[in-house]
Amino acid sequence: MHRFIKEVTSVEVFIYGVVNGMTFVLWAVGFSFVYGISRLPNFAHGALYVVTGFITWSFINSAGLPHWLSIILSLIIVSFAGVAIYQFVMIRVRGMPISEIIVSFAIALAILEGLRLQGIGGFKGFIGPGYVLPPFVNGVVETRWVTIDLQRLLIIAAGLLLLGFMWLFTHYHKVGLALRAMAQNERAALMLGINSDRMANIALGIGSALAGLSAIAVMPLGNVNCESGYSVLTNAIAVCVIGGLGSWVGTILAALILGLATTTMSALGGTMWNSVLVFGLIILILVVKPSGLFGQQKELEERV
Amino acid sequence: MAKQISTFERRKERLDRGIKARTEGLYAISSWREVSYLLAPRAGLIIILFLLPLVVPGLYWQRVLALAGVYALLALSFDFLAERVGLVCIGGAFMIGVGGYISGALNYYLMLPVFLTIPIGTLGGALICTLLWVPCLPLRGIYFAVVTFMFPFLTQSIILAGNLFEGTEGLSPIKGFPNTWIAVYLIVILILLSIFGLRRLCGEDIGVVFAGVKDNDQAVFASGINVTRVKIYALYIASLIGCFAGTFVAHFSGFVGVSLFAVDFSIMPIAACIMGGPGTMAGPVLGAFILAPLSELLRGFGQLRVVLYCLVLVGFILFKPEGLLSWATRKYHQIEHWVKV
Repeated sequence: MHRFIKEVTSVEVFIYGVVNGMTFVLWAVGFSFVYGISRLPNFAHGALYVVTGFITWSFINSAGLPHWLSIILSLIIVSFAGVAIYQFVMIRVRGMPISEIIVSFAIALAILEGLRLQGIGGFKGFIGPGYVLPPFVNGVVETRWVTIDLQRLLIIAAGLLLLGFMWLFTHYHKVGLALRAMAQNERAALMLGINSDRMANIALGIGSALAGLSAIAVMPLGNVNCESGYSVLTNAIAVCVIGGLGSWVGTILAALILGLATTTMSALGGTMWNSVLVFGLIILILVVKPSGLFGQQKELEERV
Repeated sequence: MAKQISTFERRKERLDRGIKARTEGLYAISSWREVSYLLAPRAGLIIILFLLPLVVPGLYWQRVLALAGVYALLALSFDFLAERVGLVCIGGAFMIGVGGYISGALNYYLMLPVFLTIPIGTLGGALICTLLWVPCLPLRGIYFAVVTFMFPFLTQSIILAGNLFEGTEGLSPIKGFPNTWIAVYLIVILILLSIFGLRRLCGEDIGVVFAGVKDNDQAVFASGINVTRVKIYALYIASLIGCFAGTFVAHFSGFVGVSLFAVDFSIMPIAACIMGGPGTMAGPVLGAFILAPLSELLRGFGQLRVVLYCLVLVGFILFKPEGLLSWATRKYHQIEHWVKV
């Protein structure tokens, strides 16, 4: 089993656990936003995450654009991709849960496997360790107990900022309020002149942009690969399920629990058991309290 | 002039006119023509399935057929659970894995012969699958789907992390079937038994209850029937089919490993089901027998295969949600012939 080379202190586990938790928040926030508002399980979330990474990489390395410009461009492209997924595909199957899952998952698979295509039109496929996004900040902070790089600290800041921004947006901005109205009672919202399809479009656009944003913040820690699409999706679902949909507190808490638990697991036994832990927690929560820790959707078992 | 008179004397009539006019679902048959009209598609299915292994060229395609049969069984079990009972269970890979590992381990460690391991793997595997899924039964819709979809991943990572059953190496060699003919016909017979058996089951009393659970389980609950117990029956029946497919894969490939939990076994049956026609039982089988050879033909293209069947899936859901078989049935019913007035 893998152990950290030097002895890990509990402070280190805690700090890295919090960082890990914040990456979980970043991964989950887009998925939970879309599902909470338009009731669309966007299984293409992980695929959009990976796509953002590759588009940004291509802009930086193939087109030679500056870092910030390629980030903005790829975020715009990804949010339009999300809107297109809703507008051309999901809109036709809305309200049919089986079809929604199958269609969005099929899109995700098509994107993720398509990125690995080889030899068609000279396309080499995005395989291998060579795809690395540059971090925003280089450098390491050393304190008495822990050594941590600035990119990880940036993730904590980004997670907190994003959550704060989304909270403000859904509580004070007109569009955000409309989105929440849609989530609470679609018919009443329709009566007040809120366009359901337009709101779902906006939700998917924002959700995809959030997936992209998380990719840009988290991906510099490792390399860009297609496999991470699947794990991001499962982690996002895990956070949503454990925390309960429609609850920001639940999302943060679940993400922190998952982050601390997986980090502790890595420190104690080995990273092999991490996925066992995540899946086990999902199943446990679903069985014991299906609406999640802080789920605001009461009687989830009845409605979903 | 003579021509015009002849059109007055005869008119076009649909083949099913006699049957459809008298009854809707229940067939009151009055002539051999009507009997053959009803029997033709069913007999056609049986004959085609029995002839296929004879017709295909070579051993390689026979193996492809057997694999298509595995997908067909999984598609059947998915179709039964999703369309007849309302449980969207995307855990085909889990059934395959549990069935396969049980029969494989029995054969590898205890040297039990094939004709013992298959029944034990099927019955025991179905029992394990059902018991593990029972706690998830209160969940509905996408939640049940997500949890069942995660079970294979969970088991796979437990096996890899705990290095159980030889871990990544897997158990090999597992004793295979005496020859490919036996394997292919075994699976063909099992497919036919499952199709007609499930059809029959859905027509029985319990089938009506299944439909009730799907449409309105509150009503079923209100009439004093234990919904969970009904769902458990359905799960067990579906897992029997899935676990049989698992034991078959284990013995057919002579190898048991974590590849039994591959996503393919979860996704491909759904694609087959959607393509063939959800809720028709024979449709998913048709879909599997189209998709599996197709993906075999595309094997050279690597990942393009997965992309293609995802696109097929999306295309069918968006533009032909009824599926191939429902479409074919409609066309068959609409065949007309001339009758004298």
